Amino acid sequence: MTSFNVPLLASAALLPPPTLRFDGVAFSQQGKALLGPCSFTLNGTGPTLVMGPNGAGKSLLLRLAHGLLSPTQGQVAWSSEGCPRQAMVFQQPVLLRRSAVANLIHALAVNNVPRKTRTKIAWEALEHFGLTPCANTPARVLSGGEQQRLALARAWVLAPQVLFLDEPTSALDPAAIKGVEAAVREFHQRGTRIVMTTHDLHQARRLAGDVLFLSGGKVCEHTSAETFFISPVSREGQAFIAGELVE
Amino acid sequence: MENNAFYVALSLLLNLDASLFQIVALSLQVSLLAVLIAAVLGFPLGAAVALWRFPGRGIMIVVLNALMGLPPVVAGLAVYLLLSRAGPLGEWGFLFTPGAMVIAQVVLVLPILAALSRQKVEELLGEYREQFMSLGMSRSRMMPTLLWDARFALLTVLLAGFGRASAEVGAVMMVGGNIDGVTRVMTTAIVLETGKGNLPLALGLGIVLLALVMLINTGAYLVGELTRRRIG
Amino acid sequence: MRKALILALASVTSMGLAFNALADDYITLASTTSTQNSGLFDAILPQFEEATGIDVRVVAVGTGQAFEIARRGDADSLLVHDTAGEKRFVDNGFASERADVMYNDFVLIGPADDPANIGKAQSAAEAFAAIAHAKAPFTSRGDDSGTNRAELRLWENAGVKPDGDWYRELGSGMGPTLNTAAAMNAYVMSDRATWVAFGNRQNLTLLFAGDEVLFNQYGSLLISEEKHPHLKHNLAKQWHNWLISEDGQQAIADFEVDGQQLFFPNAK
Repeated sequence: MTSFNVPLLASAALLPPPTLRFDGVAFSQQGKALLGPCSFTLNGTGPTLVMGPNGAGKSLLLRLAHGLLSPTQGQVAWSSEGCPRQAMVFQQPVLLRRSAVANLIHALAVNNVPRKTRTKIAWEALEHFGLTPCANTPARVLSGGEQQRLALARAWVLAPQVLFLDEPTSALDPAAIKGVEAAVREFHQRGTRIVMTTHDLHQARRLAGDVLFLSGGKVCEHTSAETFFISPVSREGQAFIAGELVE
Repeated sequence: MENNAFYVALSLLLNLDASLFQIVALSLQVSLLAVLIAAVLGFPLGAAVALWRFPGRGIMIVVLNALMGLPPVVAGLAVYLLLSRAGPLGEWGFLFTPGAMVIAQVVLVLPILAALSRQKVEELLGEYREQFMSLGMSRSRMMPTLLWDARFALLTVLLAGFGRASAEVGAVMMVGGNIDGVTRVMTTAIVLETGKGNLPLALGLGIVLLALVMLINTGAYLVGELTRRRIG
Repeated sequence: MRKALILALASVTSMGLAFNALADDYITLASTTSTQNSGLFDAILPQFEEATGIDVRVVAVGTGQAFEIARRGDADSLLVHDTAGEKRFVDNGFASERADVMYNDFVLIGPADDPANIGKAQSAAEAFAAIAHAKAPFTSRGDDSGTNRAELRLWENAGVKPDGDWYRELGSGMGPTLNTAAAMNAYVMSDRATWVAFGNRQNLTLLFAGDEVLFNQYGSLLISEEKHPHLKHNLAKQWHNWLISEDGQQAIADFEVDGQQLFFPNAK
């Protein structure tokens, strides 16, 4: 990944939002087709909410977009020159066996942020996410909500142009969910392009700019949030909004 | 009373017997240095095998696992032939010195540290892989992070290596020569006293050795357990 | 944790450096377990060191292995007890000089009730034949040591080929062989020195000794300078000469265990 320029935290907003294009992308494992082929373009400012029933391929799509997996067919392309700076927050935050602040410093270190500025940036981010009191607490003994906020803070210090979130609140209580959603909005306001999966219709209503609806490994519909929630175009989307079981 | 091994062990310890102290000190020096060198080489090796996919990787894992059971005498013989004046490294003049014993024990301990750290690091990598890729880390950058985060598991691995090093006799006997005051360690002293028929003294030395190993293990366990509880 | 690691690292490495700081005025002597286990070296080496300032580091192994160590150039000097083998070693050019130093004798040890009745034998040959005839358990070193080689010659003298269930080849040193014999209540041939100093006799006792064929000659050898120019020939020569000097011979004669002289100097 490219190295950072200081000031770090403001840099994302200065760039136009990157556009992501899926071109006949398919993914199969051991001969079993799990996703696609699907083609779509994510432009605009988002946030894009990827929705669909369980097993529709939401997480897979996110991992392909982020580059954690390579498509077995087709290609994933970005509009900007090269790959935009990205980060991802997982359903189960993966935190190192170190203190909260050391987790942030590690993320900065692997991204070649100069040693001197790491500590400062890390502490600023901790404060921003209300984690200052547990800065020196081992990350893995924090509560679920704190862990997820720390994962968001780790993404925050990397100042990504694109942030992927994979069901970031599915294991959290309402108070913690509120904190995560607030953080997502902040990323969005800072100019970070959000792509997030959720199976929670209410959460999607609260956050979505546009919706990418998947069912059975296929993209059924990609429309603005208003359209999707009021009059979905696809039959599967209609059924999903109506609260029916969709396969 | 003099024929009771526990009595002998106790009086050896209480009298702070000078030659016993020297033997114990040399045992510790040789085994600790060997484990240290083996760790410096073995942990990165284990982590590298866990991280990279290369032709012959499977064979390498099998070989490392098999070498964990390498008979000490075979390791000793190999190092003896290597360090002997007639051997390739004879110029060093290392045979029958503590240095030779360290080398022999490194040969014995290295496969244990490499094979076990490979397992531990691979387990941890399974947990961290996606996050690491998301952070854009190269494999070589993952290595220090994984080794540090596996530190508690690796401490146990280190103890296993130390146990093997301090307990073995075949290799150090062969390359050290059990020279009084120079290369005599706990295990070779026990063999010597057994040979003299001084069974209570031999067993007494054995008890001292066991006590020492238990002391080190207890210390490491406490350090590990306390920190583990703190780190979670 | 990091600090502790660095500290441990520093201390262990400094120990490592201490290895090299050991005195250089020493020779490595390949010798036999009998001389070591009896305590002879503990008695005479300090006297030699006092006289010359040279430290002698003894690697005590079987005679066969001692020859091999010397052949490979891993010892500066050799003190063993296999006169025929020693002469061959000189003839083959591995040693430049050999000298008689001392002798002790082999003794036959066995269960106190002496089932083969060797206590009444008139000669060693008779005693060995009696053991074979009775098929009484006998433990042999079986390790190509000087003692082992002598034992095989004695069976030959007795006209017996030792094999069968009663003859156990152990492949170990003198001490372990005595330990095994004590546990099995078996006959065994030992050098007198190791036997006298041996602490785990149980039911064993000395049954036969004194035949001249049981004499056990020790020889000192100087390793060939041509074959192994790197060795400390100068220091080794001082050791060799001291052993056969009046002082050295006296030191050997003075060594006693339980009031019993174990080695008899006989340098010419």
